[in-house]
Formats: sequence, structure tokens, C-alpha cells
Amino acid sequence: MRKTLLIIQREYLSRVKKKSFLLMTLLVPLLLMGMTALVAYLTHTGGDAITEIAVIDRNGNFISQLKNSRTLVFLPTSENFEAAKLTARKNGSFVLYIPENVEKGANVQLVSEKKAPMFVTNEIENQINNILRYKLLQDAGIDIETLESIKANVSIEYKELTDEGEKETNATAAYAISFAAAILIYLCLFIYGAQVMRGVIEEKTSRIVEVIISSVKPFQLMLGKIIGIGLVGLTQFLLWIVLSALATKVTSTEILPYSVLGALQTIPVGYVLVTFLIYFLGGYLLYSALFAAVGSAVDNETETQQFMFPITLPLLFTYIMAFSFIVNNPNSTLSFWLSMIPFTSPIAMMVRVPFGVPDWQLYLSVSLLIAGFICTTWVAARIYRVGILMYGKKTSYREIVKWFMYKE
Amino acid sequence: MLKIENIVKQYANHRALDNVSLEVEKGCIFGLLGPNGAGKTSLIRIINQITAPDEGAIYINGERLNPSHINTIGYLPEERGLYKKMEIGEQMLYLAQLKGLSRKDALERSNYWFEKMEMQTWWKKKVEDLSKGMQQKVQFVATVIHNPELIILDEPFSGFDPINAEVIKNEILELNKQGATIIFSTHRMESVEQLCDSIALINKSRKVLDGRLKDIKNSYRSNTYCIEYKGEELNLSGQQLFEVIRQGDLEETSQITIKLKEGIKVNDALQYLIPMAQIEQLTEVVPTINDIFIQQVRGMDYA
Repeated sequence: MRKTLLIIQREYLSRVKKKSFLLMTLLVPLLLMGMTALVAYLTHTGGDAITEIAVIDRNGNFISQLKNSRTLVFLPTSENFEAAKLTARKNGSFVLYIPENVEKGANVQLVSEKKAPMFVTNEIENQINNILRYKLLQDAGIDIETLESIKANVSIEYKELTDEGEKETNATAAYAISFAAAILIYLCLFIYGAQVMRGVIEEKTSRIVEVIISSVKPFQLMLGKIIGIGLVGLTQFLLWIVLSALATKVTSTEILPYSVLGALQTIPVGYVLVTFLIYFLGGYLLYSALFAAVGSAVDNETETQQFMFPITLPLLFTYIMAFSFIVNNPNSTLSFWLSMIPFTSPIAMMVRVPFGVPDWQLYLSVSLLIAGFICTTWVAARIYRVGILMYGKKTSYREIVKWFMYKE
Repeated sequence: MLKIENIVKQYANHRALDNVSLEVEKGCIFGLLGPNGAGKTSLIRIINQITAPDEGAIYINGERLNPSHINTIGYLPEERGLYKKMEIGEQMLYLAQLKGLSRKDALERSNYWFEKMEMQTWWKKKVEDLSKGMQQKVQFVATVIHNPELIILDEPFSGFDPINAEVIKNEILELNKQGATIIFSTHRMESVEQLCDSIALINKSRKVLDGRLKDIKNSYRSNTYCIEYKGEELNLSGQQLFEVIRQGDLEETSQITIKLKEGIKVNDALQYLIPMAQIEQLTEVVPTINDIFIQQVRGMDYA
């Protein structure tokens, strides 16, 4: 026990003391913030290029009613359609042709050299439809005042029934948190799992492993390494949380619009954080044991490829499922099962948590995850104890099964 | 001190150790000899509890091998290795503590050994900044830092330059004098003859031979002598004392190797030879461990 603690201590300190740890801890939140700011900035300014549209209005009703938007400008043209087409071809601009008998179903044409972007066609379609509807309603004898007065304007208020009564919910915030949690868990399982693997390979190739396991059991060494690196991960998270909490305190009121903060407040942040840490730890323990087994089976990192595949597959699968399915159907049967299977639950459950998950499902899933990592650790330890002493042989899956079968 | 009884270690498609038994007395220097792949490392790993035997038992001081013995053994593996990016001092403390020393004791003993081996300036250095010979020295200290009762050294002199090899050899002898039992494992026989009290020969997973080095050598003596002399060529016909095995001329002297017949003393042979030649030197031809080793291993191959 004392020796395992020693190993944990060495694995932890030797990593935390590195400059790269400090750098990662400071840089990652900065990068994340920078990226968010950049995305916000780009979406804000990037769409500002103004698209000019030459309008040939044979009908005569439309030109005066087409409204310029932030990015669209409608300009009447005296050219005929054929001439306008040529100019459009030359300048790469747009020509909108509205035929005389558009009320009777004649097609409006938008002509350009390139394909028109979606927002352009949508905007034009909307405007022309509106103008046309207005005109047809007026022609049917409804006066403008009545029309204005019956314009419906509905916005839906979302409420969630909880124990504390009705609560405002915000699906957008839940979405955002789901995405963030899924990406973070996915990345962290790989980053810290790979660290365990690299640590094992380092000990094996530098041959120190034989000295160490003449002092401690291979299982103690493996467990010490896994726990030590896991603690490094936790430390990093806690620092990130503290740092970003400080950062939002300082900057939030200026940068983040009130609506975003308000939306965040509809999500129980503490609850999400705690479940995140639990699933990160569980998933990490489950996968890092497998990473350790892979590390013990090879002589250098380039040989890891063939064994990495079965580890990467379930993670990648859940990751894709998370974005394409679970986030849209958090309470479906498939989502339920994905969040129960230990190999997929860390990502799948974190996607579901922001939308609310019944307690019993959470408990069941966590219990299964714990059972899962005890199982993988047991399997990995049996491979590890033999693998670390096998030098200079190219390992196959058959070999690994054989190692697993060796008795103590 | 160490008793090994009928050890069998079976791997999937070969038997690494086949019914090997040995006994190592307390305070002796024991040589575990054999060609590469004979099973030496497998046996050592079993003594170190890195792997477990399929059959047989090991006793240390009469007690069945158990985890409490780990701290009383120091092991220098054939494949040397240290953490490349860790400071030497930290590394030494870590390895010493893994062998059960408290941090305070580990620090004390590290200081003692660093001074003794003239390594004080290395404390803050990293392994990758040291030469190979220096790394070996560090590793040797790490092996003995916890004052083990039993020190197991696998090919201890490989990688050392002659000067450092001498330093290490003297340290080993000193530790032995202080009471440590030492097991050498090697396939280089010449290092064994000077150091070991007892040896065991392992070949193809089996023990071929073991015992005190002196006894083994005695049993291989064959009453053969090499005589160096000055003078005319000898006429040896008609004598009943010995048979001539080899005869030849050196630069200034000549040499003759003889094997005495049953019941004849070396003095008898000399008395016969002295009137004929000026005797310069007489040595008994005793097989070296290397000869015995090769003879044994060849014998097994042809059998």
C-alpha cells in the first residue's frame, strides 16, 4: 500500500512539475476563450458582404415593396432580361426577374453565374411571397388595417416541471453544454489514456520496469500509474474550472450578453460538473487500463496502431452518435442503452445529463461503469504483468490471449 | 541462506527451467553460469518474485519465499534501465523507498553512497546527461542501497570500463565481507574464477553441475603437468612414469605436457627428468571453468 502511494506520488509529481503542464493549464482556457470569441466575431462580421441584386420587375408591384436587408440590396434596372443576364455573367452579380403575371403562377427567376447562397434565395422567396399574399388578400377585399391587426406574433415560453415547481428551461443552453461535455470527455479520455500508455512504454523501453517490479507487484505499478495520471487530470480540470470561473467573473458582464448568462442559469451547473467529473474518472479508469495493456504489449509507440483500433472504435462510435442522434433524442431507447454500456456511457450520459436524466438511470449507469472498469483493469493487469517483460518480439493478438491465460 | 527445490517453469512452448535445485550458503559468492537462453534469468526472476514457478519451492533462511523477502534482496537486472528524465538523486530516493526505506533513511544512505562512489555532483543531473558507465554506477548503487542480505547481479560487469569494473568488484567484495550473500549470473567464465566460492552450471533449462569451485576443479584434475625446460631434445623412450601429451619449442625454452600414470607422484617424474634438462618451470594443468563449461555443454549436445 505504502509502495503504491509512492508510485502514485512519483507519477503525479513528475508530471505536474513539468513546464508543459503549467502551459497546458493556462493555455487551454485561453485558447477556448479565444476560439469562442473568434467564432462569435467571424459570424458577426463575416456575413456583412453586401449582395446586390438587379431587379427587372415586369409586374411593377414589387420593386417598391422589396426591402433591403443588412446583406441584400435590391436595385431596379432598366436593362432588358437578356442584357442583364450578360452583365450578371460579367460581374458575377444577381438578376431577379419578376414576370408580369406572377399572380397567376408564372415563375420568378433568379439568375447568376454562381449558385445563389441559401440565405439569398430564402430571403427573396419570403419577401416575394409576403408581398404577393398581401396583394392577393387586398384584391380579395380585405383592407390594410384589418390585415395589420390580425398579424400573429407568438413566441413560445419553455417551462419544465420539476420538484420546485415550474422552471424556465432553455434547450439551447442544454445543447451547448452537451456538446462541450461530449467533446471534453472524448478528448480527455484520449489525452490521459495515451499518457498512461506512453508511461508504460517508457518504463518498458528504458528497462527500469524490471527493477521496479522486483520491488512491487506489476499490478501495483500499473494501478499507481493510472491513479497518478488520473489525479493529474483532475488537478488540471479543477484549475481550469477555477480559472474560467475567475475569467467569467471578470469579463462576463461586458462580453457575454445577458441572455447567455440567463440561459446558463437554467442549467444546474454544479450538478453537471459533478457528473462530468464522475464520468471522466470512470471512463478514464476503464480506458486507461486498456491503454496500459497496449503499452505493455509493444516496444515503441509506432507499434501501438493495431491494438489501438479496438479501443478507439467504441469511443469514436459514441462520439459520432452523440452529435448525430443522442443530442436530438436524449430520452430514446438507443440513447438509454448507450448511456448504460460502460464503454459508451461516459460520452453518451454526459450528452444526456444537461437535458435531465432520472436518478435511477444515473445510479445504474455509474454502477455499471464501476463494474466495467474493475473488469477491464483485471483483464489489463493479466496482460500487463507478462507484456512488460517481453522485449524485442512483435506481439500479435494471439500472443496477448496467451499471456492472459498464463496462471500467476 | 537460499534453497531452491525442484523448480519447474513452463512457458507455452518451452520449458525454461526443468526441475532445478540449488543451495546457496550464507555469506558466499555464488556463480550462476550458463550460455545465453539456458534459464538463468528465468530462475533469477523467480527468486525476485517477478514471476512464479509452476512447481517447486524456494526458501530464504528456511522460510518459504514470500513478499516480505522483497526488501532483503537487491537485484541488478541484465537489461539496465533508469528513468531518463528524472534527476539522479530523486530517482535514488524513489528506488530506495520502493525497497522499504523511509525517506530519511533513503536520504542518509544515498548521501553515503554518492560520497563513496564520488557521484556527489550528479544529484541534480538527469540520466540522459550521464555516460553509460556512469549510469551503470548509479544503477549499482540503487541495487545495494537498502543493505540487502542477498544481492543478485545479472552480468554485472558488462558495460563497465576496466577501471570502473575494478571499483565495482571491490565494492562487491566489501559487501560480501560485511555479510551479504551474492549471486552472480554470467556467461563470462573468467570473471567467475576470481570471485566465486561456489558455482552452478545451467544448460538447456537443467542444472548440469554445482558445488564449491575448488571441489569441482579438483574433480577435473587429471594429473597433467606442463614442464618448461632448457636443454637438448629429451629422449623419453622406455620410461613407465607418464605419457607425453604434447611437446614443443618456445623461443628460448622447450615445453612438454605430461600425464602421470596411476600411483606416480610428480616428484618421481622430476627426478627422472632433472638429469636430462634444466627445469625452468612446472605447472599443473587444471581445467579452467571455461574448459569445464565447454566440455559439459558439448557433452550434452552430443549425448
